[in-house]
Amino acid sequence: MSDNSSNTAYWSANVRIILISLVIWAVVSFGFGILLRPMLSGIAVGGTDLGFWFAQQGSIIVFLALIFFYAWRMNKLDAEHGVEEE
Amino acid sequence: MSQFAINLTFVLASFAIYIGIAIWARAGSTSEFYAAGRGVHPVTNGMATAADWMSAASFISMAGLIAFTGYDNSSFLMGWTGGYVLLALLLAPYLRKFGKFTVSEFIGDRFYSQTARIVAVICLIVASTTYVIGQMTGVGVAFGRFLEVSNTAGLLIGACVVFAYAVFGGMKGVTYTQVAQYVVLIMAYTIPAIFISLQLTGNPIPALGLFGDHVASGEPLLQKLDAIVAELGFNEYTAHHADTLNMVLFTLSLMIGTAGLPHVIMRFFTVPKVSDARWSAGWALVFIALLYLTAPAVGAMARLNITDMMWPNGTNGEAVSVEQIENEARYDWMATWQKTGLLDWEDKNGDGKIQYYNDKNADMQAKAAENGWEGNELTKFNRDILVLANPEIANLPSWVIGLVAAGGLAAALSTAAGLLLAISSAVSHDLIKGAINPQISEKNELLSARIAMGVAIAVATYLGLNPPGFAAQTVALAFGLAAASIFPALMMGIFSTKINNVGAVAGMLAGLTVTLVYIFLHKGWLFIPGTNSFTDADPLLGTVKSTSFGAIGAAVNFTVAYVVAGMTKETPQEIKDLVESVRVPRGAGAAQDH
Repeated sequence: MSDNSSNTAYWSANVRIILISLVIWAVVSFGFGILLRPMLSGIAVGGTDLGFWFAQQGSIIVFLALIFFYAWRMNKLDAEHGVEEE
Repeated sequence: MSQFAINLTFVLASFAIYIGIAIWARAGSTSEFYAAGRGVHPVTNGMATAADWMSAASFISMAGLIAFTGYDNSSFLMGWTGGYVLLALLLAPYLRKFGKFTVSEFIGDRFYSQTARIVAVICLIVASTTYVIGQMTGVGVAFGRFLEVSNTAGLLIGACVVFAYAVFGGMKGVTYTQVAQYVVLIMAYTIPAIFISLQLTGNPIPALGLFGDHVASGEPLLQKLDAIVAELGFNEYTAHHADTLNMVLFTLSLMIGTAGLPHVIMRFFTVPKVSDARWSAGWALVFIALLYLTAPAVGAMARLNITDMMWPNGTNGEAVSVEQIENEARYDWMATWQKTGLLDWEDKNGDGKIQYYNDKNADMQAKAAENGWEGNELTKFNRDILVLANPEIANLPSWVIGLVAAGGLAAALSTAAGLLLAISSAVSHDLIKGAINPQISEKNELLSARIAMGVAIAVATYLGLNPPGFAAQTVALAFGLAAASIFPALMMGIFSTKINNVGAVAGMLAGLTVTLVYIFLHKGWLFIPGTNSFTDADPLLGTVKSTSFGAIGAAVNFTVAYVVAGMTKETPQEIKDLVESVRVPRGAGAAQDH
């Protein structure tokens, strides 16, 4: 295993990526899909509004993008810090 | 060939495939029984996870709940997919790095406590058993319809099939069978949806058709739907009517619960590498999203079709007549579903017509008085039948109906089998081998695993006869329990070195207990009907329904764990080192059994 200071930097970088991802996760679902829906009601999407679309489809698409982004970003981060699997 | 014969052919053919694969890949050793060796590719694993995950709740029940409620039930869609983000970011890679077979092994080792391990096992058993009750509800609906027997008979026959099926093989058999089940399941869900989307909107992709134009009227589909349901006194489909706090908590409970369910987490132990665990969660969600992006279209389009059937001359014209229902071929589905006891109608005012409307709505009551209606005459429409009845309602070819039969059973069976496996491994591997009798022989361990499966399915079948809700609602309770007990312990175990053995145990017990008590207060003690003191229509705490309490239970778990850990002895250094090593991918070998 690599030394401890490098691991600490790796871990805090990881936690930062997780936090950013979770903010996006919460904004598209709880935000656009539920709480902020009235604010998006002016934007029409096929017979309803953008909030409805986020609640029923948009959030799912963003979730997918987030997971693949995280997997890609972390595999890169592993290599940068030399902690990838042998 | 009759519809019954076609359904039976499809169901038997798909079963022959699954059983064939199960025999071909039969589990030999205990380690194969639990985790299938570790040679499963992330895409394969993702597909199997998707089949495992999408149960009777997703396949049979969810679109029906959305159809009759509209926007307000979007929680199911966001909740059951959003949990994968938590799983991928917060748990999967670390649990894979840890490299043991079960969730409770991680909790036992990380919190260096046999008690923590046993408490985790209890939490898993409680959540999984509740989950199986929901599955059995779906199994009852599916078998009842396709064997054309009552719901109860369908449930009993289904229970025997599920048991035989789960005993056959362990995870190895299950992994490859589940890939086959996924294929059957997703075809069965999307093919009828494509047909219906083409009929109604001309768009072959249901997810896009939902936001397209209704061919018959030229208006946007959702606008048309809003208008006609409002004319019958129901809530507008796309409008927000639910209590916002409850909707947020419910969505959050489903998300956290997804990341705390043993049968899903176990999947991530079976990929070869840590980086694969990250991708696996993504692949699982790809395959799940295929169904979840289609489900809201299925719900909305079915609602439109049903309303149209009941009011063939428009909502201001004459309602459908009893004579039409009895004689016209396109109403045959009503008679077949009536046999299951899950659909019923009654010509209350004796005018020879069946008026379907919201008789609780004041405007409709006035209209009813004017027209001599005596209440809604479509007296029973169980939400769980909607997806299975959908192709018949839309008058699709009989092979599509047979395919849906096979898909519904695949969904219910695959998840029930995965859960029974999780329960049996919790009992035999964690409880008996891990705590009570470490010297147990491999043979006896497998035997006790199978006995545990038998007991779990008997309990679930008994409670499934009088379920606490529609399939998806019962399953939602299981998510609440997993959210309140398992997820916080796993997350704190990885992200905080401060939480010690006492803190974790206290947190899990507190989270599980408050959530379980809150659910039992609303749904009856041990789900026995009539023993509840509150109902979800008028819950104990403000507007928080029992299905939404899991998020609060999780908060209780986190808080208690932090407070108790702060007051007790610090985590020993070797455990802190363990946490450090779990956090980095390097050095993740094959998993160890012990």
